[in-house]
Amino acid sequence: MIAIMQLARHARYCARPPRLRIFAALPAACLLVSCRSAGVLDPQGPVASAERLILINATAIMLVVVLPVIVLTLSFALWYRASNARAAYEPNWSYSGYIELVTWSIPAMVVILLAAVGWIGSHELDPARELQSDIKPLRIEVVSLDWKWLFIYPDQQVAAVNQVVIPVGTPVEFMLTSASVMNSFFVPQLGSQIYTMPGMTTRLNLLAERSGDYPGLSANFSGDGFSDMRFLVHAVPASGFETWLAHTRGEGPTLNADAYSRLARTGSDTTVRTYRSVDRDLFERIVHPPPQLAAAPRTEE
Amino acid sequence: MLGKLSWTAVPFDQPIPMAASLFIVVGVLSMLGLTTWKGWWPYLWREWLTSVDHKRIGVMYVLLALVLLVRGFIDAIMMRSQLAIAAGSAQGYLPPEHYDQIFSAHGTIMIFFMAMPFVIGLMNFVVPLQLGVRDVAFPVLNAISFWLTASGALLVNISLVVGEFARTGWLAYPPLSELQFSPGVGVDYYLWALQISGIGTLLAGINMVTTILKMRAPGMTYMRMPVFCWTALCSSMLIVAAFPILTATFGMLLLDRYVGMHFFTNDGGGNCMLYVNLIWAWGHPEVYILVLPAFGIFSEVIAAFSGKQLFGYRSMVVATLAICVLSFMVWLHHFFTMGAGADVNAVFGIMSMIIAIPTGVKLFNWLFTLYRGRLRFEVPVLWAIGFMVTFAVGGMTGVLMAVPPADFVLHNSLFLVAHFHNVIIGAVLFGAMAGYNYWFPKAFGFTLDKRLGAVSFWCWLIGFYLAFMPLYLLGLLGMTRRMQHYADTSWQPYLIVAEVGAVVILGGIVATIAQLVVSIRTRASRRDLTGDPWDARTLEWSTSSPPPAYNFAVLPQVESLDAFWAMKQRGPVATAERYDSIEVPRNSANGFVTAFFAVVTGFAMIWHIWWMAILGVASAVLTLLAFGWMERGADEVSGEQLAEAERARLHPMEPA
Repeated sequence: MIAIMQLARHARYCARPPRLRIFAALPAACLLVSCRSAGVLDPQGPVASAERLILINATAIMLVVVLPVIVLTLSFALWYRASNARAAYEPNWSYSGYIELVTWSIPAMVVILLAAVGWIGSHELDPARELQSDIKPLRIEVVSLDWKWLFIYPDQQVAAVNQVVIPVGTPVEFMLTSASVMNSFFVPQLGSQIYTMPGMTTRLNLLAERSGDYPGLSANFSGDGFSDMRFLVHAVPASGFETWLAHTRGEGPTLNADAYSRLARTGSDTTVRTYRSVDRDLFERIVHPPPQLAAAPRTEE
Repeated sequence: MLGKLSWTAVPFDQPIPMAASLFIVVGVLSMLGLTTWKGWWPYLWREWLTSVDHKRIGVMYVLLALVLLVRGFIDAIMMRSQLAIAAGSAQGYLPPEHYDQIFSAHGTIMIFFMAMPFVIGLMNFVVPLQLGVRDVAFPVLNAISFWLTASGALLVNISLVVGEFARTGWLAYPPLSELQFSPGVGVDYYLWALQISGIGTLLAGINMVTTILKMRAPGMTYMRMPVFCWTALCSSMLIVAAFPILTATFGMLLLDRYVGMHFFTNDGGGNCMLYVNLIWAWGHPEVYILVLPAFGIFSEVIAAFSGKQLFGYRSMVVATLAICVLSFMVWLHHFFTMGAGADVNAVFGIMSMIIAIPTGVKLFNWLFTLYRGRLRFEVPVLWAIGFMVTFAVGGMTGVLMAVPPADFVLHNSLFLVAHFHNVIIGAVLFGAMAGYNYWFPKAFGFTLDKRLGAVSFWCWLIGFYLAFMPLYLLGLLGMTRRMQHYADTSWQPYLIVAEVGAVVILGGIVATIAQLVVSIRTRASRRDLTGDPWDARTLEWSTSSPPPAYNFAVLPQVESLDAFWAMKQRGPVATAERYDSIEVPRNSANGFVTAFFAVVTGFAMIWHIWWMAILGVASAVLTLLAFGWMERGADEVSGEQLAEAERARLHPMEPA
C-alpha cells in the first residue's frame, strides 16, 4: 500500500512534462529519414513481393463481386424510383428460392477462394518460417526501446542503434523483443511486420533482393516519442557488409550493462550509433531481466 | 484531503487545452444560466431528467450522441489539421503529449459515447413501438442505464478541464497504460468513465433482451418481428455477452494501477497480450453491436420507401444470427502480427472471412428489395443507398485484412484507419442518420427538412470519400497510424486532401444542426397528424406521433410480418368498442441521482480522494436501495380518457 502511495505521489509530480525534450530531438530526426518510398507497393524482397501479390489477387477476387453490387445498387435505385412509370412494381414479391441460392453461394464461393489464399499464404509467409536459400541466414536481435531501436548482431558481436545494415540476397533472421512497451517492427518495402513485446521473443525472416536504403518504423503506438521511432535498413552487397563490420568493430564504445542502461533511458533519440562489441547474453537478459536490469518507471524529467 | 488534485491539474500554461476548457465551461454555464433564467428546470426535471418513458430516454440517448459527435469531430479535425502541416521537419501545432490525448479521446468518444448511445437510443425508442408494447421490461433500469452512460461521457469531458485524458489510444493497451509508463490520471479517466458507462450499457442490453423475448404484442411471433427488432435482439445479446469481458479486463488493469497487481505488467509474471486478447474478445463483438442495428435500420428504411416487403426476411434473420455467433470467434484477427503461428492465424483469418458470407447476403437482400419496388428518394433513402455503395468498399477492405499475409503489411497502417472509418461511418453513422431522419417525425410529430437533410448527406458522403480514400493510399505507402509528425514529405498532399474532406464533413454536421433548427422553427407547417408520414409497414407507425406515454390504447393484434401494412390493406382503422384502463409507470429520480453519485465516485477514484469515493459509492448504493424499496405505484389512464383520445386521433373531424 505504501508503494502505491509513493507511486501516486510520483505520478502527480510528473503529470505534465515540459516540451523541451522533443524540440531538442528535432534536428536529428530530420537528418535520419528523408528519403521517399512507395512502401508496400514497392517491394524489395521476396516476402514483400509475395504479400503485394496476395493484396492484388485478393482485391481482384472481391472486386468481381463488389463492383457489380455497386453498379446494381445504383441502377436499381435509379430505375425503380417512384417517378419512373415504366418500371415494374411488385409490392408483395419478397421471396425467390433461386435468388436466395445465388445470394448465399456467391459470397460463399468468394470466401472459399480467399480462404485458400489465406491458408496457403499464412503458412508460406509465416514470419517465423525460415526463407529458402543456400546462404546461411544472418541473425539479428532487435530491441525496441523508449524511443529508439537497438540491433544486435549476436554472431558478429556488434550492435547498432536506429540503423541496420544487411547484406543483399542473404536471408535475415530477426529475433525481436521490447525493453519497455509494445512496438511493431516494420519495414514496408521488405514485408511483414511483427510485434516486439516485453518478456517475449518474436521471430521474423526477411530478405532484401536489391541494395538500397529502406525506411523502417514502429507500427504500434508506444508513447510520446513514437513518431520518431524510425530506422533505416541499409541493404548492401556482401563485400560492403564485411567492410561495414570491420569499420564498426574498429570504433565506438562497447555495449555492456552500463552502456545499455544509459541507452535504455526514456527519451527520443534518433541518432545513429554503433557499438564495437556487445555483452554476449545482453538480449537474453533484456527478454528475461534480472531485477537490476528491469526498466525503471518512465520518468519524464 | 483532495488526493492528487491541485490547481496544477488545470492546464493554465497550455493555450489550446485552456481555450477548449474555457469554451466548455462558459458554454455549460450559459446553458445552465439560460435554463434557470427561463424557468425551464421544473419542466426539464418532470418531463426528461426523471422520465422512465422509453421514448424520452431514447431521445436523450440520441441527443447525447449528437452532442458528442460534435466533440469527437473537433478532435478529428484537429488531428487532420496537425497532419496536414507536420511534414518533414515541421512539428505542427500540437505537441505529442497533446496530440496523443486527442486521438485517444476521439476514438473513445466516437465509439462509446457517440455510436453506442446513438444505436442504443434508436433501439430504445423504436423497439417497444415496433413490438406493439407499452414500454421496455424495466423502465426505471432503463433510466439508470442512460444516466450512467451520460456519467461516463461527462467524466471524459471533465478530463479536458481538470487533468488530462489517456495518451494510450482508444483501447489503452498495456504496458503503455500501466502505471509504470502512464503515471498520470489520463488512463484513470479513461478507465473509470468506461467502467461506469459500461455498467449502463450492460443494463441496457439486459433490458432490451428481456423486452424482446418476453414482451411482444399478441400474435407477434419471432418470425413476425420486424428485422430491426431482430438486429436489436442480437446486438443486445452481444452486449450481455461481451460487456462483462470489458468490465473484467478494465477491472484487472485498475487493480494493476491502484493496488500494484501484475495482470498485464512487464514484471511479476504479468503479460500484456492477455489484455490484448481479452479486450478484443469484447472489441470485435462490439463492432457488431454497433453495426447490426444499423443493418436493421436499413432493412426498415429500404422496405418502407420501396413500398415493398423486405426481400428474403428469413435469410435476413439467419444472417443476423450467424453474424451474432461468428463475431465471437474472430478476435485474433486484430493482432495477427503477434506471431501466433501459421495455423492460428489461418483459422482466425478464415473465420473472419466467413462473416462476409451472411453480410454479403444482407447486401444482396437489400438489392432485391429495391428490385421492382417504388423507391421514394426521401432523406433516409439517400443514407441507405450511400451506405450500400460505401459499405461494399469497406467490407472488401475488411476481408482483405482478414487474409493474414496481407494484414502483415496493412496492420496498424492508415489503411486500417481508413477501413474502420469506412465501416463505422459508412454503416453505423449512415445507419444512425437514416434512423434519425426516419423516426424523427414519430418522436416529435413533425418531419425534418428534406433539403437540408440532403445537403447533410451529400457533405458526409463526399467528405468521407475525400477524407479516407487518401488514407487507404497512405497505408499502402507505409504510413502508420497515430503519428504526430512524419518525415516523408511525399505523404503531405494526401493528408491535405484528407483535411479538405474533414472540412466537407464539417459542412455535413453544420447542415444537420441547421436541419434541426429550421425544422423546429417551421414545425407548424410540417406537422404530421396521421402518425404515418412515410406510408410505412411496421407497428410504430400505427399510433400517433408523438405516441402517448402508453404507446398503444389497445395492444395491436399481429397476424403477419409488416403488421401495420397488413392492417392498412384491410381498410381504415376504427376505434375500439371499449378500452381497458392502462397503468403508466411514474417518474423516478433514481437514475439521475444514482448517476450523479457515480460521477462523484469516478472523479474521486481518478484523483485518489478516498473519502469522497467511499461516500460516493455508499450514496449510490443507498439511492438504488431506497428507490428500489419505495412504493411508487403507477398513474392510471382510464378507459374513458383512452376512448376520447383515440376518437380524437382516428376521427378528428367528427364531433364527440
